[in-house]
Amino acid sequence: MKKVEKMTVVSHRSIAKNIYECSLSGELVELMARPGQFVHLRVSDNTIPTLRRPISICSVDHQKNAFTMVYRVEGIGTHALSQKRTGDQVDVLGPLGHGFPISGLKEKSHCLLTGGGIGVPPLYELAKQLTKQGHSVATVLGFRSKEDVFYEAEFSELGATYVATEDGTLGERGFVTDVIATNRLSGDRYYACGPRPMLRAIENNMTIPGFLSLEERMGCGVGACLACVCDVKNEEGYRKVCSDGPVFKAGEVVI
Amino acid sequence: MTKMNVSLPGLEMKNPVMPASGCFGFGKEYSEFYDLSTLGAICVKAVSPMMKRGNPTPRVAETPGGMLNAIGLQNPGLEHVLANELPWLERFDVPVIVNIAGNTIEEYMHVAREVSKAPNVKAVELNISCPNVKEGGIAFGTDPNIAKELTERVKDVSGVPVYVKLSPNVTDIVSVARAVEDGGADGLSMINTLLGMRLDLQTGKPVLANETGGLSGSAIKPVAVRMIYTVSQEVGIPIIGMGGVTNADDALELILAGASAVAIGTQNFVDPFACPSIIKDLELKLEHYHVETISELSGRSWRPSLQPLTTR
Repeated sequence: MKKVEKMTVVSHRSIAKNIYECSLSGELVELMARPGQFVHLRVSDNTIPTLRRPISICSVDHQKNAFTMVYRVEGIGTHALSQKRTGDQVDVLGPLGHGFPISGLKEKSHCLLTGGGIGVPPLYELAKQLTKQGHSVATVLGFRSKEDVFYEAEFSELGATYVATEDGTLGERGFVTDVIATNRLSGDRYYACGPRPMLRAIENNMTIPGFLSLEERMGCGVGACLACVCDVKNEEGYRKVCSDGPVFKAGEVVI
Repeated sequence: MTKMNVSLPGLEMKNPVMPASGCFGFGKEYSEFYDLSTLGAICVKAVSPMMKRGNPTPRVAETPGGMLNAIGLQNPGLEHVLANELPWLERFDVPVIVNIAGNTIEEYMHVAREVSKAPNVKAVELNISCPNVKEGGIAFGTDPNIAKELTERVKDVSGVPVYVKLSPNVTDIVSVARAVEDGGADGLSMINTLLGMRLDLQTGKPVLANETGGLSGSAIKPVAVRMIYTVSQEVGIPIIGMGGVTNADDALELILAGASAVAIGTQNFVDPFACPSIIKDLELKLEHYHVETISELSGRSWRPSLQPLTTR
């Protein structure tokens, strides 16, 4: 079930370099169940930009009928979005995609969450839901530099949290995979979201079952246009990142 | 008979609005938003004899007022469409048009022959204008003689009327339109996307993996209006107009230019409810302009005997 709704901005602020946190309220929140799903936003009433923008859902508050998204300003679409003020309306299509599965874990499992850059936000709702169910989480967050870091404190409240920066200005110097190796992090299951090279490295290095959330340029966001396909390992077919994903079981698709 | 009815070869339509091929899949995704029976018709994604994988990603890039796509006719192939997609669409009271792609004339004939046996398929649309595949597609659409021969041979085997989707990427679209009319085409669809390209300033390389793509969206509407305006005065067969329609005014403009029906492409991606809301608004426009039936507006821009629209 998904729908289109004009949702209302309830808060909007910058939390790191070019990174914004925006909360929106509306009935559509009722439909947001699984962590890792995304919304498709129309940021302008005219034709520039033409297409909607896919943004992941960072956290959901069913009591307040609101959800929070964290996004990076990269082009005209996200720039237009960053100009929205409290009380403004945003045209939201969602919730879209299949998120991170949290079932199938034995009681009190330990999960390793790894996020790179703008891949971090969807892991937050995941961490909340996993810990609420009695599981424990450790999170590795990777950024380019100190000024790009966000949500370290939020994740720290839910479990052990490691930060890696490429230039070493905060946390451990290097990539998330370096942090995982140095600290010998593992668990019963891993979840990852971030750039393709990061996902590829994690998939290759981890020996436990895991799930990966992919990013791809999208047209429709609902599975009709076939813009965001990816190949399937060991068979002829393909998967659509928007509607079959964005989360796939590790080993399912070619990254 | 209501004021929105449109009657085209093979197609008895409740209204003149349909989704354009390639912008609606096989209907399943948008059926989650509204009842597909409200549409005038459905034009499904291009079907080729065998499954087609399409082009590598990235397959879309944005442009001011539009987008470039290079999907590359990805589709599950004729057999799958016959067994799964077309029967699924039978639950809706809506005529289906199947867009057909092929590498050879025989491939087009094979697909046309088979899909036209399906009970809900009321017309086929020959895709001779896809700019994103190396073989087939546009190769058939730029040479009037080949376009004519293809039309004739598909007409011989098709059990339903044949529409030919013309490419705007030609010097003289009228000669291609006339050729397919001579070949027996029952109607035209126009226009397909315009060949375009975008470069990434950081890498200096093309944004699309396929390098070039087809431009669609409101940026191409003036091209569609001009071509429909010109071609509709030169041929006697009806035109399904498409190209940058985002609202009822755009649809009306293509109809005044000479289209009998209108297909919605990119706007479905922007607004999943684009088709039903344009249908609703078009009906209001007819009242606003005191027009009895939508079909009387077709080609009104160049018919000297008719008065301009008025809200008198």
